[in-house]
Amino acid sequence: MDFIAILSIFVLACFVGYYVVWSVTPALHTPLMAVTNAISSVIIVGALIAAAEAENPVAKYLALAGVVMASINIFGGFAVTERMLAMYKKKEK
Amino acid sequence: MTFSLLSAATHGSATPAWAMLAYLVAGVFFILALRGLSSPASSRAGNRNGMVGMAIAVGTTLVMHGTNLVEIGIAIAIGAVLGVTIARRIAMTAMPELVAGFHSLVGLAAVVVGLAAWLNPAAFGITDAAGQIIAVSRVELGLGIAIGAITFSGSVIAFLKLSGRMSGSPILLPGRHVINLGTLVAILALIGAYTLSGAGGAGEGQLVIWIAVLAFAIGFLLIIPIGGADMPVVVSMLNSYSGWAAAAMGFTLGNTAMIITGALVGSSGAILSYIMCRAMNRSFISVIAGGFGADAGAGGAGGAREQRPYKQGSAEDAAYMLEQAEKVIIIPGYGMAVAQAQHALREMADKLKEKGVEVKYAIHPVAGRMPGHMNVLLAEASVPYDEVFELEDINSEFAQCDVAFIIGANDVVNPAAKTDKSSPIYGMPVFDVDKAKQVFFIKRSMGGVGYAGVDNDVFYMNQTVMLLADAKKMVEDIVKALD
Repeated sequence: MDFIAILSIFVLACFVGYYVVWSVTPALHTPLMAVTNAISSVIIVGALIAAAEAENPVAKYLALAGVVMASINIFGGFAVTERMLAMYKKKEK
Repeated sequence: MTFSLLSAATHGSATPAWAMLAYLVAGVFFILALRGLSSPASSRAGNRNGMVGMAIAVGTTLVMHGTNLVEIGIAIAIGAVLGVTIARRIAMTAMPELVAGFHSLVGLAAVVVGLAAWLNPAAFGITDAAGQIIAVSRVELGLGIAIGAITFSGSVIAFLKLSGRMSGSPILLPGRHVINLGTLVAILALIGAYTLSGAGGAGEGQLVIWIAVLAFAIGFLLIIPIGGADMPVVVSMLNSYSGWAAAAMGFTLGNTAMIITGALVGSSGAILSYIMCRAMNRSFISVIAGGFGADAGAGGAGGAREQRPYKQGSAEDAAYMLEQAEKVIIIPGYGMAVAQAQHALREMADKLKEKGVEVKYAIHPVAGRMPGHMNVLLAEASVPYDEVFELEDINSEFAQCDVAFIIGANDVVNPAAKTDKSSPIYGMPVFDVDKAKQVFFIKRSMGGVGYAGVDNDVFYMNQTVMLLADAKKMVEDIVKALD
């Protein structure tokens, strides 16, 4: 993709982020941080490509270390968010 | 035909059109994940959307790059076991340091991906005909590595401070503003030099390494002068950085899922930082400059505080007044988290509700050590979320409430924020507890003042009774007295 196309997506996504995040209820700001942390680990895509295409062992193990780090975040982030969200209950009527 | 046109538009190694669409779908799922958090009812579905998006992004990548799958599978499995174990075991009070720790991993992963792309640019499709990394990608790589490294070292310091492994008080180096600015300028200059270094001599590798080293250093330098109470801003800011790091890598890879996520997370952290700064009436710059809380006691109320008379009460007094009340508003703060008093507090509220007392909770945006910290702790103690209110929604109700029950909070109820222009917390929105008929203030002792180091007139008001004890112990005693 050319740079301008990517930049367009980025700028529009910033606006989407702005409106979506303002609509998050303050009570859920901690889960918001946990889940944004999990999704920002989509950076794992880069580590996966690097691990799959590595031409030498150093590059491969470096990339695999990246995969481990990002996976901790992905699984840990989603799991801890799930755990927190499960605690939010409405008043029993 | 259109498919080949689409793929021809990518530079270097072509990403097939189906994969680009799949990444876009993943990005949309990430938007839905955050959208779900607009209410607790839809939040769990939102989180699941996030998981689906991640599965799509990872699956797509593995289908396109299907080598070394066993090693990759093992790496993911190791991460999964570690991640899930941590997530299950972590105490809810330790959530701020967990989030900081997770941020550091995103930052480090970004650095690793950046270095990997630099070592093997052809795999990422960022080379020109001569096999050199193209200029735009150099800027993106440099920025990605720098932001990732700052996120990493900054989050490590935040983690150490939040978990108490390092003192929460600010560490002020002489000339730190000059050092920090100089380092930032040097990083930008190095990225510039790397972009222009073109033909890639032996010096090129050193430039990338130096970008990383200086960025690690600046992350460390930026966070050490920032005190514990400003941590909500720091954690939000690092959250934002981890997003921008992901976005920079997304630019390098031309990956829409990463760019959308990066923009979402970047905005999210930035908005949270803004909300936290606004709730303290401080500018972002002054928080980042650090040092707040360093000269506690010296500023504000003046060095030697005169002894002023206050009333002290017992758990029995408090229980008696609480059960006579029609309406009680509870204001929790960081002290409740430290004392782990949230469960006892909910028991107390249950007892009062049985006696027909209306109980509400009032949360200040900066209560605790991260945005929403108090809400999670109350949720953990099974407090229904519809009894918990934000500052602006509940502040007008203090005039009609019989008891304001302050547990572990201090600065957020300090009227000096409204009246005393010389106070360091002047202008910060605070709870109008002075309007309540009766105030109970749980505090460990009269000695310590709030984080801002300012005396609090609420202690000495006519209607205030100080309950000087450990928050959990005191609330448990009140629960006993209510029986």
